[in-house]
Amino acid sequence: MVLVLALGDLHIPHRAPDLPAKFKSMLVPGKIQHIICTGNLCVKEIHDYLKTLCPDLHITRGEYDEETRYPETKTLTIGQFKLGLCHGHQVIPWGDLDSLAMLQRQLDVDILVTGHTHQFTAYKHEGGVVINPGSATGAYSSITYDVNPSFVLMDIDGLRVVVYVYELIDGEVKVDKIDFKKTSTSHSAH
Amino acid sequence: MIAEGFEDEEKWLAEGIAGIQHNAFFMHRALDDNNLRDALKYSALMLSELRTSRLSPHKYYDLYMRAFDELRRLEMFFKDETRHGVSIVDLYELVQHAGNILPRLYLLCTVGSAYLRCKDAPVRDVLRDLVEMCRGVQYPIRGLFLRSYLSQVSKDKLPDVGYECQEGESNGAMDAIEFVLENFTEMNKLWVRLQQQGPSRIREKKEKERNELRDLVGKNLHVLSQIEGVDLEMYKDTVLPSVLEQVVNCKDELAQFYLMECIIQVFPDEYHLQTLETLLGAFPQLQPAVDIKTVLSQLMDRLSNYAASSTEVLPEFLQVEAFTKLSTAIGRVIEAQVDMPIVGAIALHVSLLTFTLRVHPDRLDYVDQVLGSCVKKLSGIPKLDDNRATKQVVALLSAPLDKYNNIVTALRLSNYPRVMDHLDNETNKVMAMVIIQSIMKNNTYISTADKVEVLFELIKGLIMDLDGSTVDEVDEEDFNEEQNSVARLLHMLHNDEPEEMFKIICTGKNHIMSGGPRRLPFTVPSLIFSALRLVRQLQGQDGDVVGEEVPTTPKKIFQLLNETIESLSSVSSPELALRLYLQCAEAANDCDLEHVAYEFFTQAFVLYEEEIADSKAQVTAIHLIIGTLQRMNVFGVENRDTLTHKATGYSAKLLKKPDQCRAVYACSHLFWVDDQDGIKDGERVLLCLKRALRIANAAQQMANVARGSNGPVTLFVEILNKYIYYFEKGNPQITSATIQGLIELIMTEMQSDSASAIPASDAFFAGTLRYIQFQKQKGGILGEKYDPIKV
Repeated sequence: MVLVLALGDLHIPHRAPDLPAKFKSMLVPGKIQHIICTGNLCVKEIHDYLKTLCPDLHITRGEYDEETRYPETKTLTIGQFKLGLCHGHQVIPWGDLDSLAMLQRQLDVDILVTGHTHQFTAYKHEGGVVINPGSATGAYSSITYDVNPSFVLMDIDGLRVVVYVYELIDGEVKVDKIDFKKTSTSHSAH
Repeated sequence: MIAEGFEDEEKWLAEGIAGIQHNAFFMHRALDDNNLRDALKYSALMLSELRTSRLSPHKYYDLYMRAFDELRRLEMFFKDETRHGVSIVDLYELVQHAGNILPRLYLLCTVGSAYLRCKDAPVRDVLRDLVEMCRGVQYPIRGLFLRSYLSQVSKDKLPDVGYECQEGESNGAMDAIEFVLENFTEMNKLWVRLQQQGPSRIREKKEKERNELRDLVGKNLHVLSQIEGVDLEMYKDTVLPSVLEQVVNCKDELAQFYLMECIIQVFPDEYHLQTLETLLGAFPQLQPAVDIKTVLSQLMDRLSNYAASSTEVLPEFLQVEAFTKLSTAIGRVIEAQVDMPIVGAIALHVSLLTFTLRVHPDRLDYVDQVLGSCVKKLSGIPKLDDNRATKQVVALLSAPLDKYNNIVTALRLSNYPRVMDHLDNETNKVMAMVIIQSIMKNNTYISTADKVEVLFELIKGLIMDLDGSTVDEVDEEDFNEEQNSVARLLHMLHNDEPEEMFKIICTGKNHIMSGGPRRLPFTVPSLIFSALRLVRQLQGQDGDVVGEEVPTTPKKIFQLLNETIESLSSVSSPELALRLYLQCAEAANDCDLEHVAYEFFTQAFVLYEEEIADSKAQVTAIHLIIGTLQRMNVFGVENRDTLTHKATGYSAKLLKKPDQCRAVYACSHLFWVDDQDGIKDGERVLLCLKRALRIANAAQQMANVARGSNGPVTLFVEILNKYIYYFEKGNPQITSATIQGLIELIMTEMQSDSASAIPASDAFFAGTLRYIQFQKQKGGILGEKYDPIKV
């Protein structure tokens, strides 16, 4: 069992002063094995903060990130799953599922995590999953109105992944759960 | 020399102890035999050892304690008349025949102590007699210890409230108080006389020794505080005035400091509160070198704690006007002690402020008054350069923040920024950061433009370059952290009411704009998004508002946004400015303001053309332009055409072929928008895709020329996926035949150059074919559409 924290679009300090205190108290060091962050942190302090939660930190570059060393896309393998990471502003139309599916084929991954829209979504799609963890700070977005702060925890266990989404609604954290099983006939053989 | 002197002293002490032990031995024998004559003789001899003047106070104390223990036994003997057959009265007379004054007085005190135990003793006379007789010894150390002995043996026999005296006219407690006060006064005089002149090195050592004796004197005050008869009235009318008189008149720094501390410690808080005026009145009369601020601080700390102990005592504080008295006293002390270092004066204000916050948390005017008085003291010093004083000022300014946990309260203190002005630039910034952190920690929203104005005044050290500070000296990491803090702070300036919020944003903007080129890129984005949130709030209700005053409209805000972002592009942050223009364009789109949106887009294009030179930055920028434009629905045909034309033009002009190719096929989405019926131009979509294909071919050929082998087919697979996209969306220009043709093209490309095939594009192509397969198998209308395609 491996826990992966997926989050992004914090936009600190441009659009939000900080992560919600409730999230901060939930995210404690030592529980999470990997962090994948879609980008737009934007300050270095947040990078350092995430690093304290878990040293295995993977970040792709959002259009507001100053840090030029973050790559545009990144893939990594966790257990039986191949994960792809991309901020998403490169994929037009933004947030469009069919276009994201193309990126998923291109990266050849089981799970694609992208951001940019600030809207939490999780779709099962041709034997894979496309996840957008939303904005961890509930930052303003030109695409999505009334953004609630959200992030995603993935519990990867064998061929199964359980996606938990944590959403802060009116000061209360709500948790939702989505189950996904990879079929053994899956293609990603590399 | 010193070592020798030390050895000598050891020797003298040893001799003295030997003398005491020797005579004590014979005294014990006499006591065992009930031989009064010998007992007196040997005890007098024993006590003669205390006549030495060769010992330091410390060593003398050692010697004294040995004699003291022996005297307890002697007193037991005296008390028991049956053992020696002499009445206590006669004994009292008898011991006065001892030859030497010091032994004589020790014996007199010992008998006197036994005498005081007797039921019908003339207590008042005995006490008077003893305390007067002791004047006979004026050598400081000997006198001090003798009187200390007197105090020690008499303290448990002092008359107190309820004591019945024979004369009827005198009051028992009064007698005791007078006795102790007299003894205290005399002891203090002796102690002060110990003060040494001479070279400073020796004087320092002697003063240290003298300090060790202070508790002998202070013990008297403790005894006084234990007397039940010392009630508030007695304390106020007799005890405190007498003690203070002695303290002031002795004119000795060491004694004054110690005794003031002692008074504050031994007597109850309630007494201090009720005699504040008298107590505080003594302070300006003390020697200039006395560390008054420590004593005063102790007093205020005690009173603060007393106030915190129970809400019931608070009315007392009001009744005696404690704040005014303390405040006046501090003013007087500062005035009287011209040489007091500034740090001392500020420390006093810190204590007073602590007191005020504890006792009168609701009296902001008092708090402000304390700050004001501090400003007055600081007025001669434009910038503090004393490190410790600076620390005290920071403590002074932090106290209200800690107390109220709410910056809004501190913003009401008019003297607060004036105190801050006296900090050096560096500390000023530190304090500004403390303020911001306090706001963040407590999640405090600053909700009016006026308060925002005051806040910016407080943190101006972070907002702009202050006089005399050069940006070059600043550590870059610190600078970034500070500016990011300001950027975070901007989100805390908020009011739900649009009119006020607009004023807040304008105020914020005025200050932010003075930040200069290094600060703007940090702070402007927060301001922009703050304003964009307001736009969104208004966008629903923006209609024909009929009213006398023009309310805040999105249009007005967009004007402000435009000006603000312009400042960014002029300080060479074109990439950031471009992103913000696009955000505004989309917001204007949502507000249905075509011209405004067009204007923002124009600005974005101008920046793209003129300012963004880096090829990687161009790729990102053009994708953002396309992505945004794709979502716009406010434009009429003409405007839209102009903008899409520009976007496709720039896409095809990117430096690298693969980047061109990707940007061009992305542009196809500008002509086909799913949820806008008006925009479904299949032909132009196809034109884009064909153009992308041509570029991909060109890229392939270039790779061939450059490396002698074909490049990866990834671009072709990407374009294939775009064909599939529009095929599924029902673009009539994209047929199964075009897709089939493209598949075959890719297969040929891959076969022709299998050596350079890279797994990634293989997998991508395989995945795409599998997708087609999957759609075919799924059936339905889409499945049928896919049917002709062979994979």
